Amino acid sequence: MSAMLEVKNIQVAYGKIIAVKDVSVTVNQGEIVTLIGSNGAGKSTTLRTISGLIKPKSGEITFNGKRIDGMPGHEIVGMGICHAPEGRRIFPRMTVKENLELGAFLRNNKGEVAADMAKVLDLFPRLKERIDQRAGTMSGGEQQMLAVSRALMGDPKLLLLDEPSMGLAPVLVELIFDTIVKIRQQGVTILLIEQNATAALDVADRAYVLESGKVKISGSAKELSADDKVTKAYLGH
Amino acid sequence: MAKATDVKKFTGTPGQIRRQRIEQSGAIVIILLMSVWMLANLIKAPEQFVQVAISGLRNGLIYALIALGYTLVYGIIELINFAHGDLFMLSAIFSSFFITYWIGADQSNPKGWLAFASCLVAVMIFGAVVNVLIERLAYRRLRKAPRLAPLITAVGMSFLLNFIGLKWNGSTPRQWPTVIPSGDIYIGEIRISLITLWLFLIGLPLLLALNYLVTNTKQGKAMRATSQDKDASTLMGINVNKTIAFTFALGGAMAGAAGLLYQQSIGTTSYNLGFQLGLIAFTSAVLGGIGNLWGAVVGGLLIGLIQGLNDGLPYAFGQQWSQSVVFTILIIILVFRPAGLLGKAVTEKV
Repeated sequence: MSAMLEVKNIQVAYGKIIAVKDVSVTVNQGEIVTLIGSNGAGKSTTLRTISGLIKPKSGEITFNGKRIDGMPGHEIVGMGICHAPEGRRIFPRMTVKENLELGAFLRNNKGEVAADMAKVLDLFPRLKERIDQRAGTMSGGEQQMLAVSRALMGDPKLLLLDEPSMGLAPVLVELIFDTIVKIRQQGVTILLIEQNATAALDVADRAYVLESGKVKISGSAKELSADDKVTKAYLGH
Repeated sequence: MAKATDVKKFTGTPGQIRRQRIEQSGAIVIILLMSVWMLANLIKAPEQFVQVAISGLRNGLIYALIALGYTLVYGIIELINFAHGDLFMLSAIFSSFFITYWIGADQSNPKGWLAFASCLVAVMIFGAVVNVLIERLAYRRLRKAPRLAPLITAVGMSFLLNFIGLKWNGSTPRQWPTVIPSGDIYIGEIRISLITLWLFLIGLPLLLALNYLVTNTKQGKAMRATSQDKDASTLMGINVNKTIAFTFALGGAMAGAAGLLYQQSIGTTSYNLGFQLGLIAFTSAVLGGIGNLWGAVVGGLLIGLIQGLNDGLPYAFGQQWSQSVVFTILIIILVFRPAGLLGKAVTEKV
């Protein structure tokens, strides 16, 4: 397996507050990798740095062998990294359809975009019912489905998912995780952030545990599920 | 749609219901009073009524073009660009120099028409370039600063442009020749100046083109996305900086066109033009619902119309009260509908 995404010793700060002190993460082609950790551990900041929304103070990020740290965010999307951000961040005053179309903003092949639209609507039939509804008027779960679908519309090589299960009813959480597995079967590599560590370790191949801006433990998902320290701190049993 | 709003009316706490009742009855009283006033004038002097209404709408069109610049910029970065009125003023002066000195046209003949046509293109580019430069040099670096910083910068930018206008135009108003066919045509007893027709022939297609651009093109979609969420737009692959610059360019081009149309219809330029018309255009944008494109157009036309009626009708306050009437309307509208006529407070789940 070749490393698709390599994050090496990045440090990221908001003004004087250092959110990520020293994080290194590798994601290989075809994997699901998860970052777990409590609030403020630096998970979202790591993802935002990969997407180019923030520039790291030091360290480097390579994607398929090319340096992407310091590149503007909209160009990183063009390379095939799509990000469903924390808090969903859908466009509330646009319809579901318009949101999905924006996900494919950089793509010019209309046929392929239409085919992908049909594909994500198959994945989340609920969205098909709401296709002309304003996204801001939908329920939280529906908005989350839209956020994931919108990221998929960018035809990602690497999909970044930031807390896709946050605030959702247990049934929906299950649906979202089932879908994550389905998405991987379609050949998309996934980097997933979760507070729901049990569910995340269930679907992931490998995992990194972040604590106050540093990688504390890393390893295969199976190893970590069995690790005493991890289970105590994050799995709650 | 109508049903949904009917249901929404008169819901909420007792206080809210009372407020909604007051809003609605207030609106009805105002509309009734206006109707009575207009009807009385219409009966007293029908031809005059239509005539002043048309000339009011003509001014309204210019207000609308300027108001679009305010509303576009507010819509995308929530900044009230105080320098926008002064950009309009510079555009009017630019048009005067372009037509009269640089091309040397001073009457309505083929040369004059050609000068006008080329000036329309040139002044729209001029407005767009100046507006983009202002954004690039001043506002962009303040995008993440506290709200007040870009606002004060905009006020400063307004003064800067004002002084450029003062140097360029001189401190006294200047008269310029009109190069498009003037004269009047008559429909029955109603006199309409040709210049009014020209203004509508140029202004309306511009409005429609702008609307098409914003609602139906990829660039327009990027603008609407950027106005709602800049980070999320970046994650869609939208170049946010370029999109904001493009928005300033559009607003600037509209102010440029307004400058030329004003210069050709009124024939006078002065350095403080931007303050007077800018303020009225800003009022139009707020009246219509700031951030809403059609709101700016409706607001501009409405203010022009009311101003025209007030200035020219037999039973009215008259010209010396013109500004007071405009701003009284603004205050009344804001009391009853703070979001403006077409603006609506959107409910969003978070």
